Amino acid sequence: MLEVAARQTQLEQAFSKLTGLVLTVLIFALLVMLAFWLAERASEKIQRYVKYLLFLTPALVFLFIGLIGPALRTLYLSFRDARGDNFVGLENYHWAFTQPEILEVLKNTGIWMVVAPLASTGFGLTIAVLTDRMRRPGLVKSLIFMPMAISFVGAGIIWKFVYQFQPNDRVAEIGLLSQIAEWLGFVPTNWILTSPLNTFLLIIVFVWIQTGFAMVVLSAAIKAIPDEILEASMLDGASGWKRFSKVTVPMIRGTIIVVLSTITIGALKVFDIIRTMTGGNFKTSVIANEMYNQSFRALNYGTGSALAIILFIGVLPLVAYNVVHLRRERAER
Amino acid sequence: MTNILKRKKVRDIETVKTHLSSPWASFAAILLATIWTIPTFGLFVTSFRPSTGINTSGWWTVLTKPEFTLENYSRVLFEGRGATPPLSQYFFNTFAIVVPSTIIPITIAIFAAYAIAWFDFKGRNFIFFSIFALQVIPLQMSLIPLLQLFSGGLHIGSVTIIPSFGITGTFIPIWLAHTMFGLPLAIFLLHNFIAQLPRELIEAARVDGADYFKLFRQIVLPLSIPAIASFAIFQFLWVWNDLLVALTFGGGKREIAPLMVRLAEMTGTRGGDWELLTAGAFVSILVPVAVFFALQRYFVRGLLAGSVKG
Repeated sequence: MLEVAARQTQLEQAFSKLTGLVLTVLIFALLVMLAFWLAERASEKIQRYVKYLLFLTPALVFLFIGLIGPALRTLYLSFRDARGDNFVGLENYHWAFTQPEILEVLKNTGIWMVVAPLASTGFGLTIAVLTDRMRRPGLVKSLIFMPMAISFVGAGIIWKFVYQFQPNDRVAEIGLLSQIAEWLGFVPTNWILTSPLNTFLLIIVFVWIQTGFAMVVLSAAIKAIPDEILEASMLDGASGWKRFSKVTVPMIRGTIIVVLSTITIGALKVFDIIRTMTGGNFKTSVIANEMYNQSFRALNYGTGSALAIILFIGVLPLVAYNVVHLRRERAER
Repeated sequence: MTNILKRKKVRDIETVKTHLSSPWASFAAILLATIWTIPTFGLFVTSFRPSTGINTSGWWTVLTKPEFTLENYSRVLFEGRGATPPLSQYFFNTFAIVVPSTIIPITIAIFAAYAIAWFDFKGRNFIFFSIFALQVIPLQMSLIPLLQLFSGGLHIGSVTIIPSFGITGTFIPIWLAHTMFGLPLAIFLLHNFIAQLPRELIEAARVDGADYFKLFRQIVLPLSIPAIASFAIFQFLWVWNDLLVALTFGGGKREIAPLMVRLAEMTGTRGGDWELLTAGAFVSILVPVAVFFALQRYFVRGLLAGSVKG
C-alpha cells in the first residue's frame, strides 16, 4: 500500500517537472517570436537599431555577466581573504606554492598535462593510421570513439570497477585489472590507494575518452593528404614506417599540435574523474578539484580564486596558440 | 577520352588503397577496438547480474555460468532510500536541465553569429575574436562570482544593480550557467558556418526588400540547420554529462540534482554496491550513447569545424 503511494508521488513529481519544462520552453519560444513579430513591423529607422538589440546584445550581455565579469572578480578575490573582506596581497599565491599538499596537487596536474595529451594523441594517431589502411573502418572507429559520449562520471564508475580490489583472500577478484594481474602471476594490490600509480590509473580513464577525439581529427587530416604524394612515396619505394614518419606525420604536423594543445587544456581542467574515483584523496588531487574543495568545502574564496587563476595562467598559452593558428588559417584563405 | 583517363586514375588510386590496406593493420585496429570496449562491456554485463554473483565472481565468469536479472534496474530506478529519491527522479531532473540548457544558448548564439557575420558595423572582427578568445576562461574562474551573483544579486555600495530574484534552488541558475559557458564555442561554430553562406543569396534577398529579420527567418535559419544540429549535439552531451556546473549551482538540493550528481554521490558513499552503481551508470550512459550513434555524422562534423580549424 505504502509502495503504491510512493510510486504515485514519484509520478506526480516527474509530471510536474515535465510540465515546468514544457512551459519554460514555450514561454521562451513565445518571447522570441513576439520580438520578431514586433521588429518586423517596426519602421526601417527603428529596425536599424533594433537589429543589434535583438541579435547581438543578448549574447554580449550573457558573456559579460557570465564570463568576463566573474573572471575579473575572481582575479580580485584571489588577492583577498577567505570571505573577500580584506586585502591580503599575494598571500594566497604564496600559500599555493608553499603548502606541501598544494605542491602535490600542482605536481599531479603537471603529470596530467604531460602524460594525458601525449598518450591520447599517440593512441589516436596510431589508430587513425591503422584504420586508414582498413577496408571497412566504420565499426572500429565508432567503438574507439564511443567513450566520447560517456560522461567522466560514468567512465569513472566503469574504470573503478576495472580497478576494484578484493581484500578478502578467500573471495575471487571481481576487478578485471586484479584478475589479469593474478593470471600473469602478480599479487594484486589496492590499486586506487597506491600512489603514484593511482594518478596514472586515473589518467588512463581520461586517455580512454580522449583517444577517440584525437583519432577522428587526425584521421580527417590524414585523409586530406593528396593521394599523389602517397603514390610518389610508394614509387620511391618508401616502406610503411618511412611513409608514416617522413610523409604522413610532417603533412599533418599542424593538426597534431592542435590536438595536443586541445587535450592538454582538457587535462588541466579535469575534475569529474578525480571527484568520482578518489575524491582527490590518496594523493591524486589536481588543481580543478582542489579549487572546488577550497571554494565550496573549506569556503575559502581567496585560496579557491588563486587556484582558479593559476589554472587560467596554465591554459592561457595553449588557447593563445590555438587562436593564432586560427588567425593564420583565416589569412591564408 | 577524359572519361578513360578518369577511369584509369580511379583504378590507380584503388591499387594504391589495396596496396596500403594490410591485414596486420586491420588486426591491430580490431584488437585495440576490442580492448577499448571491454570495460564498458564489463559494466553492461555486471548491471544484469544478481548482487551475490557480482561480489563473489568476476563478470567474465558469466560465459560459463550465465545468470541474469533485471532487479538491479528496478531497485536503482524506482526504490528510494529514506530522504533520497530513486534514480528515475534524477533522470527527469537531467531532462529538465538539458532541454533549456541546449535551446537557450543555441538561440542566442545563432542570433549573435548572424549579426557578426552579416551586419556591417565597426569592430565585427574584434568582437568575433574576443568571443573566440573567451574560451580561454576556464569554467572554474566564473564559479564563485556567478554563484554569489545568483544568490545575492549585484550591489555596488548600497545600490542594487541586479537583484537576486530568489532563483537559488531552482533549475534557473543551472540553465543560465550552461548558457553562458556554452556561448563562446556555439557562436564560434555557428559563425564559421553562417559566414560561408553565399553572399549573392543574402544580397538578392536584401534587394527583394527582406529586412534583416525576415532574412534571418526565411533564409539564414533554414540553411543553418546542419550547423545547429552539430552544436546541439555537443551542448546536449556536454550538459547531460556535466557534473561541476550542476554540483555548484544546484546548491546540493536533491529535488533538482541531475543523474551525474547522484551517481558521483553514490560512488563516494556506497562504493561497494556494484549492482546499483553499474545499473545506474548504464542508465546514465544509454541516452547520450544512443544520441551519439544516431547523429555521429553531425557530431564529427562539429568536432572537425571546431578543432581542426581552431
